[in-house]
Amino acid sequence: MKNKFNWLSAGGHQTSVAGTYVMLIILGVGLLLALCNLIFPEGSALHVSSYTLALFGKYLCFALLALSLDLIWGYAGILSLGHSAFFALGGYAMGMYLMRQIGDRGVYGNPDLPDFMVFLNWQELPWFWMGFDHFGFAMIMALAVPGLLAFLFGWLAFRSRVTGVYFSIITQAMTFALMNAFFRNEMGFGGNNGLTDFKEILGFDVQSDGVTVALFVASLISLFAAYFLCRWIVNSKAGNVLVAVRDAESRTRFLGYRVEHFKLFVFVVAALIAGLSGALYVPQVGIINPGEFSPLFSIEVVIWVAVGGRGTLYGAVIGALVVSYAKTYFTGAFAEVWLFMLGGLFVVVTLYMPKGIVGVAGQWIGARTNRRAQQKPQVAAGDSDE
Amino acid sequence: MSNFASSILYLEDVTKSFDGFKAINALNLNIQPGELRAIIGPNGAGKSTMMDIITGKTRPDSGRVIFKSKTDLTRLDEAEIANLGIGRKFQKPTVIESLSLYENLELALKGRRSVFASLLHKLSEQDKERIESILVQVKLGGKHKTLAGDLSHGQKQWLEIGMLLMQEPELLLIDEPAAGMTDAETMQTAALLKAISVNHSVVVVEHDMQFIGALDTTVSVLHQGSIIAEGSLEKVSNTQEVIDVYLGR
Repeated sequence: MKNKFNWLSAGGHQTSVAGTYVMLIILGVGLLLALCNLIFPEGSALHVSSYTLALFGKYLCFALLALSLDLIWGYAGILSLGHSAFFALGGYAMGMYLMRQIGDRGVYGNPDLPDFMVFLNWQELPWFWMGFDHFGFAMIMALAVPGLLAFLFGWLAFRSRVTGVYFSIITQAMTFALMNAFFRNEMGFGGNNGLTDFKEILGFDVQSDGVTVALFVASLISLFAAYFLCRWIVNSKAGNVLVAVRDAESRTRFLGYRVEHFKLFVFVVAALIAGLSGALYVPQVGIINPGEFSPLFSIEVVIWVAVGGRGTLYGAVIGALVVSYAKTYFTGAFAEVWLFMLGGLFVVVTLYMPKGIVGVAGQWIGARTNRRAQQKPQVAAGDSDE
Repeated sequence: MSNFASSILYLEDVTKSFDGFKAINALNLNIQPGELRAIIGPNGAGKSTMMDIITGKTRPDSGRVIFKSKTDLTRLDEAEIANLGIGRKFQKPTVIESLSLYENLELALKGRRSVFASLLHKLSEQDKERIESILVQVKLGGKHKTLAGDLSHGQKQWLEIGMLLMQEPELLLIDEPAAGMTDAETMQTAALLKAISVNHSVVVVEHDMQFIGALDTTVSVLHQGSIIAEGSLEKVSNTQEVIDVYLGR
């Protein structure tokens, strides 16, 4: 059964096994890094600095975001070019909580209002900031707001059967509109400076090593859990319905499935995961501003998924980690050419590696297995029944 | 027109125009339960539009489409109509290429179609047996794990017919099943459809005269959106109007 669809096959046995290995490796390496930070003293060769850990924590959030995009793009064929909007909304919810924790330690020392509101001469907290001093409420909002936006947007778009490139364009317009809205000072979200200068999370110093490790581990566990949630979805019959929608939407309708309900379901699940990744991201980088809504960022997410390998879930995770790491390295080394490299990467992947890193690795492993099988024909005969 | 009260599908005075062009023009059609009906007609006669109207993809400008003498299909959408018991096979074979044959048939299996039900769906032993028997019936036995994309064109047509059967429809609408098939495959497909028509109502749209001959059943000739002749293939072939518009060319 070697053929061009193997690595795109939803719920394929191969994909599941490889995915489990990759996720376990990421979990293992991640926990090891966290332990190295905690156990070995600074200056030791084995010490992992909190700076490095926070950087990898950021990559894990990106991996989570890429995973959620792969769920809708890789399986249901919904190419969202505004996926970062859900990420940014989750991030803002967390940012608002962190702002409220500053209390009277701001520059203006106002115990009731964040600095930027004092600066704008606002007298009282706007209604939509109410409740954000509670962590639980902020976390619910970090999921509920992206989820609700996805529900409304998806309900309108999918019901009207907006698909393909038209859907991509309106998602792009959505995130662009949100970006412009959040840039405005009157919106009450800190305008172009965004929300920053955080002090505490749940009573602990955000800058402290303990919090860095805790956030890193939380990101790691979230990624792990979200991966298995997504895999459960794509391996169920509903996952096959999504693939059917991707491959032959009208056939799926004539089979009696309400395509719009299935699309809406995964779109909302993806938005919830994206919201979670945004909420985990903000305390690790210490800032959220309207730049996270930028269409360019959403396109970057698409590139992560394409580079890693679309429609495999774990490919998206690999893509996000590899490209983000490369970005950190190359923007440091040759800042001006990074965008050209990113664009070039996308072109190369589209032309020469349509199944991404995961596809190339699969071919390589497949070729090696075949070669080994040829050397031992009797073993191959036994294996082929599987 | 014969007794509408007992018919499984009844089209009455259905008209649909696109930019002034009447694709379907005061069309009447009456299919009885258990009937195998072949519909022929030249290109542009309105065959596909007729299928689209019956399955809810297109809404007619006027007229009624009555299923089982009680439900007006013109008010329903594709999924509702499919779940009422009408299965449709497209002209171009449309199967889910990146899923296995087994998964294709499982998707088509009659049952609850909601997101929640699909997430928690488990195949029962009966369902598995049913998938097996349909695989054999459409001559694809033993190919469970084969991806649908790897099938030949003719096999895809059969798989799609198998998917229709999984839905346990009362009425099957089959659009040009023999297109692109070898002669041997065409004859096998005709035999398959005849076997299916024993306990389903089947409407087949086709060009291939050899295939229609093998079906050996009532033929309706569609021309410019209306039925111009109905009867055995021999009878309609000898109708002067049919010869003029279609067979005589």
